[in-house]
Amino acid sequence: MIAHAIVFYIFSLIAIVSAIMVTVSKNTVNSVFFLILDFISISCLFIMIGAEFLGMIMLIVYVGAVAVLFLFVVMMLNVAQQKNEWFNSSGRSSHIPVGLLVSIIIFFELIIVIGGWKYKPDLLDSIAIEINTDLTNTQSLGSVIYTDYIHLFQLSGMVLLVAMIGAIVLTFRQRSGVKRQSYFKQISRDRKDGIELVDVENNKGVKIDV
Amino acid sequence: MAELFIFFEQIYRILFLLIPVLVSVAMIVWLDRRVWAFVQKRRGPNVVGPFGLFQTLADALKYIFKEIIIPASSNKVIFILAPIVTMTLALIAWAVIPFSETFVLADINVGILYLFAVSSLGVYGIIMGGWASNSKYPFLGAIRSAAQMVSYEVSIGVIIINVLLCVGSLNLSDIVLAQKDLWFVIPLFPMFIIFFISALAETNRPPFDLPEAEAELVAGYQTEYSGMMYAMFWLGEYANILLMCAMGSILFLGGWLSPIDLFPFNVIPAPIWLILKILFLFILFALIKAIVPRYRYDQLMKLGWKIFLPFSLIYVVLTASFLMYFDLLPGN
Repeated sequence: MIAHAIVFYIFSLIAIVSAIMVTVSKNTVNSVFFLILDFISISCLFIMIGAEFLGMIMLIVYVGAVAVLFLFVVMMLNVAQQKNEWFNSSGRSSHIPVGLLVSIIIFFELIIVIGGWKYKPDLLDSIAIEINTDLTNTQSLGSVIYTDYIHLFQLSGMVLLVAMIGAIVLTFRQRSGVKRQSYFKQISRDRKDGIELVDVENNKGVKIDV
Repeated sequence: MAELFIFFEQIYRILFLLIPVLVSVAMIVWLDRRVWAFVQKRRGPNVVGPFGLFQTLADALKYIFKEIIIPASSNKVIFILAPIVTMTLALIAWAVIPFSETFVLADINVGILYLFAVSSLGVYGIIMGGWASNSKYPFLGAIRSAAQMVSYEVSIGVIIINVLLCVGSLNLSDIVLAQKDLWFVIPLFPMFIIFFISALAETNRPPFDLPEAEAELVAGYQTEYSGMMYAMFWLGEYANILLMCAMGSILFLGGWLSPIDLFPFNVIPAPIWLILKILFLFILFALIKAIVPRYRYDQLMKLGWKIFLPFSLIYVVLTASFLMYFDLLPGN
């Protein structure tokens, strides 16, 4: 039990410190690396409370895919230049009210959630589905999501699909003059339309690429 | 006292797994070069030791004694961390690989997810190395590889779903035991092919070795690395290849099971079968390296997103409907 507690505190310490470092560190790429460390320690915490499926999905989705895209975007920015613009420009004060608003809202939400912790035993009575402790949590999650809440699940899937299509439409640019390879066209070419034999007259030459 | 004993027993078991893995990585590098040479009618490494078997050890020794050069303008912490991350991730994944019914380090419920998660983390070693080098070629290589690995992970994930539909469990031992009567390579043969090709792309093997395409990018993300750090990248890469082969043999070729449950076959111990299957897949990897030319980058992306992903998604639907129609779904 003591070993369990020690490991828990190690992981949560890493999680909190790296969460702070995400906001504090000046290099954006380092921030993303700390974010990844944060995700990993959170997923370790998930595994420690026995939610192994959630922990692994956290690793696969957030660390394996989302954070890679973050890193991808951040590395593309010219970091040094951006840093100077951000910290030296006089316009930076205009970001403070927005940031303050968001952080105040998050702070109150956290207070409500942590305050609600006190009523945790009562909350457990009000859940709609009985928790079956015999099943592994992959099985029980599957049965809850795909049988009891299938409509909500499909609905959220549709929302994500719409968001995805929206993102594609917003960023799609039709460029002209791009040479594309069509496998079908390439394979169906034969000698007849690939080669033309021309008798070249002396001192005249041929016109190519018509 | 008892806890201490358990602790040391675990350490012993981990070493008992890791040291053979490291040795076999060294051997597999030799095998790779030999197969490659064989296809091209060359001799390959044949000088150091019998058949040149100690060539990799000699190379490793050379790397250890070489100077480690850290570029002055690099981000030093991340630069040093990158090969360590690659190597660690390549080795920790072996914890869940079952070599027989009893011989498995961690028999966890979500074994296949763990393997998938660890192999999807593998991209970080490459991105970190490429970015921290602060040089153009490594950076281009890292960006290419990030896009490539993320794309092919998606199709590997969908292929895993196909297998899981037939098994009904995420535990690797259960996946192997479900193939007692019929290896999944027979009903899911197209998926096996796609898995194999995606594994080539996921481990940056030829014909998908664009991240380190030497004609365009010098050596990709490894350009600035030297000495032991380069060797660690290299070890991690081959450990990952072995891991992908192990994953393929567990998902499709029946893991430690013998092909037929008859006398001469079933006396051979289970781990030997798994090792033989891994070797078979690895020799295929090596042959493909020798005979297939490198893909162009847009062809690679097209293959991943426009061919493999839709095809494996359709196959998921087919598998699910087949199992549903004939009432073969596991767990019923």
